Amino acid sequence: MTELTPKGTWVEIYRVILPAGERAPQVPEDTAGVPLVMRVKGWLAAPAAPGAEAEIVTPAGRRLRGTLVAVNPAYTHGFGPPIPELSGVGPEVRAILGGEAGDE
Amino acid sequence: MPADHSYAAVMAERAGIMRASVGIDYARYETGVLAFDYERMLADTGYDIAAAQAVQRETAVGDTPLVELHNITALVRRLASPGKGARIFVKDEAANPSGSFKDRRASLSVHEARRRGYPGVAAATSGNYGAAVASQAAKAGLRCIVVQEAFDSRGVAQPEIEEKTRACEAYGAEVIRLSVGPELFYVFLMVLRETGYFNASLYTPYSVLGIETLGHELAVQTKERTGRFPDVVIATHAGGGNVTGTARGLRKAGATDTQVIAASVDLAGLHMASDHDFNRKSFTTGHTGFSMPFTTWPDRADVPRNAARPLRYLDRFVTVTQGEVFYATQVLAELEGLERGPAGNTSLAAAFAIARELDEAQVVVVQETEYTGAGKHPIAQLNLARRMGIEVARGDPRDSRPGERILIPTHPAQIRVVDVDLDRVRRSYLRHALEGLAPGTRPGEADVRFLAEETRSSEDFVAEVIHEQAGTTG
Repeated sequence: MTELTPKGTWVEIYRVILPAGERAPQVPEDTAGVPLVMRVKGWLAAPAAPGAEAEIVTPAGRRLRGTLVAVNPAYTHGFGPPIPELSGVGPEVRAILGGEAGDE
Repeated sequence: MPADHSYAAVMAERAGIMRASVGIDYARYETGVLAFDYERMLADTGYDIAAAQAVQRETAVGDTPLVELHNITALVRRLASPGKGARIFVKDEAANPSGSFKDRRASLSVHEARRRGYPGVAAATSGNYGAAVASQAAKAGLRCIVVQEAFDSRGVAQPEIEEKTRACEAYGAEVIRLSVGPELFYVFLMVLRETGYFNASLYTPYSVLGIETLGHELAVQTKERTGRFPDVVIATHAGGGNVTGTARGLRKAGATDTQVIAASVDLAGLHMASDHDFNRKSFTTGHTGFSMPFTTWPDRADVPRNAARPLRYLDRFVTVTQGEVFYATQVLAELEGLERGPAGNTSLAAAFAIARELDEAQVVVVQETEYTGAGKHPIAQLNLARRMGIEVARGDPRDSRPGERILIPTHPAQIRVVDVDLDRVRRSYLRHALEGLAPGTRPGEADVRFLAEETRSSEDFVAEVIHEQAGTTG
């Protein structure tokens, strides 16, 4: 049995807004072939199971329904490893400045 | 009876929803079949420079530092002919409360929303503007909803937009994240209809008048520091508001001879509504995917009449490559000690090339910076590019190809600007305007005069294009 996530938990819901094939007429082919989907975060209005239908109260106070897809979802964006193609730029421009500064 | 949520039904209600959500009756400004009274539409808001400044000072928006980039100027002079290489300054707009000049745009809208008793504000934006609206709304005690185009069909989010999601949520906003597609506007309309919130659109008079203080401020600051108005101001160009508001502010400060140059990142070949292309762009704003369509037809915006009308103000329109902007961003950090977001540095990259051709006594002002951090950073963008199979290498940027190859210059002398042919842009604008006419209607005298103002051309030029158009369609 799936454990219910308690009311008041910060979660994310997911909903299909427009299925593939029902997209706006002007969208390119690749976009027309996939659904328009929505993800919104808020506090669970009532206990719900992950993967099941749930209702949230958003920070704006709206009640929205969708599939419960994440509980206390993380912010995962970051920097990643340094980019070697950028790392050399500083020393190069300092060399251009320093190298010719003595000529003045 | 419950509201009809179908795409067609909501889009059909568009005009009424918009009128209720911005409180402007755009129809009253119409003066012809195409013409409308642009200046009266702006003036009726009641915001001159002093009034806008008074509102902005309440929330610590504006009065940002003008920083002289001594070391970058010295670098440019190393590359220039003797006597050439203008002084370069940057307006450090990252010093605004939410980290970009977008606070200026949001401030008047949120002020109006509160003054008129709206329960909240909503904005359709994936960029810095969302955080700006959320920040201003937080201070004003208003609810806020931001609608973003955030991820592709595989669920891969653009790192810069992920950071904007986080920032908007930090300010207490509801963030609706959508997959790729122009139907974002349909979702936005449903939000406005349901909530009755104020539409803090990027394209209302408030949003553009809020930027006039930026142009005004930098003109006054430059005069104080150098004894002259800027010879050139370079503005990163996307939807047109930045260029329009800045140019208007410059004029109001008396800097009527300052050349206004728009700079965009060249993303030619990438389709803005394509799910496949979405994460093959390293820039989510300030690029040609916005600036070209919005310059050639401003009224494609989310309000009936766009207050951002860049062709009225542009002296020159140039593009730079993604690699050049990343290079300029790195140089700004390492030579000037200013780590700032890449999108705002589009005009800085252009300044490298433009200042080189000007005299040493002349002054170039890059009119904005933006904050940087996780996601909103060249490293995050280039790591995403590699993940998407895009080649990242050192090389001459002219060999780069949007969506396939990003080249970081091997020497600052490789940075150049490519001029957009403004005459072609003007013709494209006029074609769009004429195509939009109802069958059987013809532009009258007021319309021809309006189109000449819109394209900063002449009535003869407009008449010539109308004649050509009639020849091709008749």
